Amino acid sequence: MSADVKLESVWIRFGDFIAARDVNLHIKGGEFFTILGPSGCGKTTLLRAVSGFLTPSEGSVLIGGENMAGIGPNRRPTALIFQNLALFPLMTIWENITFSLEVNGVRKAQRKKRADELLELIALPGQGEKMVSELSGGQKQRVAIARALCAQPEVLLLDEPLSALDLKLRQHMRTELRSIQQQVGITFIYITHDQGEALTMSDHVAVMREGIIEQVSDGTTIYDEPDTAFVASFVGENNRFAGKVANVTDGIAQVSTPEGSIRARCSKNPDSNVKTGDDVYVFVRPESLRFVSGNSIDNQMKASVYHEEFEGNMWQVFLDISSTRKRVKMSYVNDGSIRSQSGEKDLPVGFSSDAAIVLPQGPLAAE
Amino acid sequence: MSFSNYWRAFFQKNGAALALFLIIAVGMWLFMMIILPQLFMLDFSIRANVPPPKFGTEEHYYTLEHYKYMIFGSAQSTDSFNIIDVTVFFRTIGAAIFVTLIDVALCYPIAYYLAHVATGGWSRLMVLSLIVPFWINEILRAFAFKIIFGSTGVINNFLVSIGILDQPYDFIRNDIALWAGLSYAFILLMIFPIFNAIESLDKNQIEAARDLGAPWWRIHWRIVVPHAKPGISSGCTMVFMLTAGALAAPQILGGPSSLWFTQIIYQGFNQAGNWARGSAYAIILLVSCIVLVLVMMKIAKVKFGEMMK
Repeated sequence: MSADVKLESVWIRFGDFIAARDVNLHIKGGEFFTILGPSGCGKTTLLRAVSGFLTPSEGSVLIGGENMAGIGPNRRPTALIFQNLALFPLMTIWENITFSLEVNGVRKAQRKKRADELLELIALPGQGEKMVSELSGGQKQRVAIARALCAQPEVLLLDEPLSALDLKLRQHMRTELRSIQQQVGITFIYITHDQGEALTMSDHVAVMREGIIEQVSDGTTIYDEPDTAFVASFVGENNRFAGKVANVTDGIAQVSTPEGSIRARCSKNPDSNVKTGDDVYVFVRPESLRFVSGNSIDNQMKASVYHEEFEGNMWQVFLDISSTRKRVKMSYVNDGSIRSQSGEKDLPVGFSSDAAIVLPQGPLAAE
Repeated sequence: MSFSNYWRAFFQKNGAALALFLIIAVGMWLFMMIILPQLFMLDFSIRANVPPPKFGTEEHYYTLEHYKYMIFGSAQSTDSFNIIDVTVFFRTIGAAIFVTLIDVALCYPIAYYLAHVATGGWSRLMVLSLIVPFWINEILRAFAFKIIFGSTGVINNFLVSIGILDQPYDFIRNDIALWAGLSYAFILLMIFPIFNAIESLDKNQIEAARDLGAPWWRIHWRIVVPHAKPGISSGCTMVFMLTAGALAAPQILGGPSSLWFTQIIYQGFNQAGNWARGSAYAIILLVSCIVLVLVMMKIAKVKFGEMMK
C-alpha cells in the first residue's frame, strides 16, 4: 500500500547548474515527509526525479526497494499534485478524478461509482457532473487530491499545492491533508517553502539549500537543534550574534562578540562541533530573550526599545543593544504582567546559555 | 449595452476621425469587396444568359435554368442527370475533404512539436523554413511540383536509379502530384491555428495525464486534441474552403482527365461566355461548402467564437 522512497547519491545537473548535490534521503513508508527550502533550492527538481519526469545525472531513486531507472512517470507507483493543480478543464469533475481508471480501461459505471466514493472522501458529494471552472480554489485543491488518490499510488508527491490558496484556507487544508494522509496511510512527499506547513504537517522534514540537504529530522529537532547556520536562520526567527570561540567546556562555548562575551551550548551533532578560535554564530530565538532583573541569567546586556508590536496574545519587541546598536527581536506571551515598554532605554535583557546555540559560520538564509 | 450606446462608446474610445475611418474602411471592405460582388453573382445566376446590351430587357428574365442545368444537364441530352458536372462537383468536394484530412494529419504533429517540444533557435528556424517557400508565387510553386513529380522529375529519376521502379511512374496522371500540390498549398493555414491553440495548453496538463498513467496517444486524444479543437476546426475550415475553390494547382498539376469544379466555373466565365451558368455554379459551390462547414462544426461541437480566438 505504501512504499518507502530512497534517494542514493543523487546528482542532478542542468548544464553547469547543479540542482541537486549528492542527495541521500530515506523516506519511510507511510510517513508525511516534507522537503523545505527557499525557492530555487532544487526541491521541485528532486520531486520530479522521484515522479520520473527527470532522470538524475548520477545516483538512483528507489521506490519500495525497486530501482526506478528507465521507468517512466506513467509506470511509477507515484502520483503528483502540481503546484497549479493541472486539473483538466474540458472534463467534468468525475472524469478528472477517475482519469487514471479510464487509462486502465475501467468501465464507465465502475468509474462513476469510484468517483462518488472519492467525492465523499473529499467532502464534495454530488458535485461530479460539474466542470472544473465551477469550483472554488479549495474545492479544486481537493479534487486534485482525489484525482491523485484514485490512481492508488504508493507515494503521493505534492509540489507546493497550497501556495495558491489564501491564508485561512491554507491553514484549513493543512489539517485536511494531514488527516487524509492518515486515513489512506500512504507515503506523502511534500514540497514547500513555508516552514509553518512543514512543521505542522510532517513526520520528518528535510531542509534544503542550493541542492544540498542540510538537515533531516522531525519538526521539533529542526527548530530546537538546527545543525547548520542556514537551518537556524531559515526555520523560524532567530537573533544572530557573530563571534569567535574563546573556549569550550562541557558542551558550553564561550564566544566573544562585539556585544560582549556570550555563553551558548554547542550542537549535539558532531559535524557541527566548534573549537577554540573558530568563527561562529550564536543563535537565540526571540522567545528565549527576556527582560531580566539581578544576575539570574548567563548572558545579559542592556538594550533600548526601538519599536513594539502588540498581537494580543504576544508582544513582539524590537530592541537595540546599547553597546553596538545591533537590532534584536524579543517575543513574549502577554500574561498581563508587562505593559508597553515603548521608548524605554537601557533595559537589562538576557538569555540563558541553554537557550542559545553556537554553530560554525556558513551560508545563511536570505533575509 | 444598447446599440446607440455602443456606437457612442466606440466614437469616444477612438476619436471621431479614427472611428469614422474604421467604419468606412470596414464597411467598404465588407460591402464593396464581399457582399456586393456576391449579390451581383447571385443576380446573374438567376437570370437568362444574354449579352450585356440586352441587360434589363425582357430577354433578361429571371430563371433557375442554370441550377437545373447543373443537375439535369441540357434539355437535348439523353442522360437523366448532368453526370459530368455532378461527378466533378462531388469529386471536388470529396478531394477537398481528403486534402483537409491529409493536412490535419501532417500539421498536427508539426504544430505540437513547434509548440511544446522545440525550443528557442531551433523552433524559429523551423517556422522560418515553413514560411520561406511561401514567398514564392503560388503558380511557380505548382510548376515546381510538376517538375518534381514529372516522368523525368527528381522523384522518378531517384526511384528508377536505385531500382525501386523499372520505369517512371506517372504521378501526374494518377493525381498524386495534384494531391501533393493542394496539400502543400494551404499548409500554413493549418499549422498556425493549431500551433496557437496547442501553445496555450499548460504543459502541466500533459505531465499530469502522463503521471496518471496515460500513454502518449491517450494524452493527445483526451487532453491536447480537445484543447486544440477550435484551432483544428479553424484550420480545417480554411483549408477546405480554399482547396475546394483552388484553381491554379488543379489547372497545372491535374492530369489530363481530372477536372476540378472551379475549372468548370472558369470555363463558364472565360470560354463558354456563359456568365450566368458560371455564377450559378459558383453559388452552388459556395453554399455547399458553407453548409458542409457548418454541419461539421455542429457535429464537432465547435462554436464560432472559440475558433476566432
